[in-house]
Amino acid sequence: QKNGVSNGTLYKKTFIEHFEQAPMYVAVLTFVGFGVGTIFGYLRDFMRAWGLEKRNIAAEREQQKDFVPLYQDFENFYTRNLYLRIRDNWNRPICSVPGPQFDLMERVTDDYNWTFRFTGRTIKNVINMGSYNYLGFAETDVNALKTVTRELQKYGTGICSTRQEMGTLDKHVELEKLVAKFLGVEDAMVFGMGFATNSMNIPALVGKGCLILSDELNHTSLVLGARLSGATIRIFKHNNMQSLEKLLRDAIIYGQPRSRRAWRKIIILVEGIYSMEGSIVRLPELVSLKKKYKAYLYLDEAHSIGAVGATGRGVVEYFGMSPDDVDVLMGTFTKSFGAAGGYIAGKKGLVDFLRTHSHSAVYATSMCPPVAEQIIRAMKCLMGLDGTTQGLQRVRQLGKNTRYFRRRLHEMGFIIYGNDDSPVVPLLLYMPGKIGAFARRMLEKNIGVVVVGFPATPITESRARFCVSAAHTREMLDTVLNALDELGDFLHLKYSRYSKSSHPELYEETRLELED
Amino acid sequence: MDMKRVKDYIYWLYYQYLLITCSYVLEPWEQSMFHTITVTVFAMVVYTAYVFVPIHVRLAFEFFSQIFGGQPESTV
Repeated sequence: QKNGVSNGTLYKKTFIEHFEQAPMYVAVLTFVGFGVGTIFGYLRDFMRAWGLEKRNIAAEREQQKDFVPLYQDFENFYTRNLYLRIRDNWNRPICSVPGPQFDLMERVTDDYNWTFRFTGRTIKNVINMGSYNYLGFAETDVNALKTVTRELQKYGTGICSTRQEMGTLDKHVELEKLVAKFLGVEDAMVFGMGFATNSMNIPALVGKGCLILSDELNHTSLVLGARLSGATIRIFKHNNMQSLEKLLRDAIIYGQPRSRRAWRKIIILVEGIYSMEGSIVRLPELVSLKKKYKAYLYLDEAHSIGAVGATGRGVVEYFGMSPDDVDVLMGTFTKSFGAAGGYIAGKKGLVDFLRTHSHSAVYATSMCPPVAEQIIRAMKCLMGLDGTTQGLQRVRQLGKNTRYFRRRLHEMGFIIYGNDDSPVVPLLLYMPGKIGAFARRMLEKNIGVVVVGFPATPITESRARFCVSAAHTREMLDTVLNALDELGDFLHLKYSRYSKSSHPELYEETRLELED
Repeated sequence: MDMKRVKDYIYWLYYQYLLITCSYVLEPWEQSMFHTITVTVFAMVVYTAYVFVPIHVRLAFEFFSQIFGGQPESTV
């Protein structure tokens, strides 16, 4: 397992991340757009308050007008006036399996997105660029789901109990042993819901008097778990190891705020792949920092398990490190395994502690058996235990698709964030008017995308987020890329000043290598 | 054929204006109001430039030429 590191460098392969800034006029125009939206928002609110326009929002009854107000109108200003105008691009109901192509229910609105009605038709075979289906295990092929059907007929669907009472099935024990073997750790525990895994287990691990150092752009489940635990939380800049080291040094030198005692525990919360940026955590530097300052590391591999690494075992394998370096390995089965739920893995002592002390383990209903069987079959496929090389082929196909997609988008001149190897591809749109236009026009071309705007991203950096999948064929990716090319010219989205097509001779060799 | 390309180009410019000023997301009556205000302000700017800019430029030119080489001119 131990390879000699040749000249002591931490990274065994190049770590290239892009976070290009757009030209200044783009930021100015974005603020102009938001300004216009805000002015018209005030105008509409004024008209609604003075009765010149019908009020569609929730309001109290006449008899309750003298009570303490129930609805704080101004706080929902952004939702009511900006989000609502382009609301038809979110919460779109689908009516098929979210594979590489899916069917959408057609929805129209008569009153500018306050209410929707279904026409009854479905839009068929929309190319899916938004589902977290990295390895393509969300499939309905009968041969693939044979074991799942058998378990469904044997166990049914309901568990009707929690893990501590009567909800531990032999399927759970089998799954936990398999997860531990897959990751190369001593033991693992699975939970029914990925979000609840983070938010309910962090309070079990840390409490008052402990210090949590969490990345700026961590997911809500990690933030919620950290806040519920009652520990002190300090934030370091995204993926910035100098900022983290400064915080660690200050924590150890100065101790707790008033009593100056040493912290009971220092834990660092990071994610493997950040889903809004597409960046990968700098794990080698992080592990060396953690060992130097004697802190604990909690790695949330929700998006990276199955998606990066030579055999799909996540960021730990991607950087060639051993899983013993990370104290708590957490992940979800929602993304790469086509199921639902989460796991926590690590040393046997840690997992045994969590079995008795975690809220999720004690009170939450356990994972249902057909879903557990789906994860077992997906993991066996990935590890090669079902006798085929299909798992490895899927991981390689995902890697090829990711590199091809990112390279073509860079060449076309779009601004893309993130690491070159991450299957999450955010394409920056910047202006609020373009968010709605982009999503609607892509749907007209039969491609379904996810666009994200203000509260989830910084105000100037709204984006469209693509999730590349191993189930996408080269033709599908080419269709999407041609549509993006056309739309990029029509909406004027190609802001990059470093597009590679200006230096074709430097990239000839890599282009020949990747086109196979 | 040329007319179509010109019309498409003008439509593209109009669409860019809609996207940049975020008036793409507004309802039709709000869009009309916004376009009226924008066109009015733009017309006023153009008119002011037409009336005032040539006179100011001529005066500035006279002022600077007086400083740098103005002695023969003042005696006449």
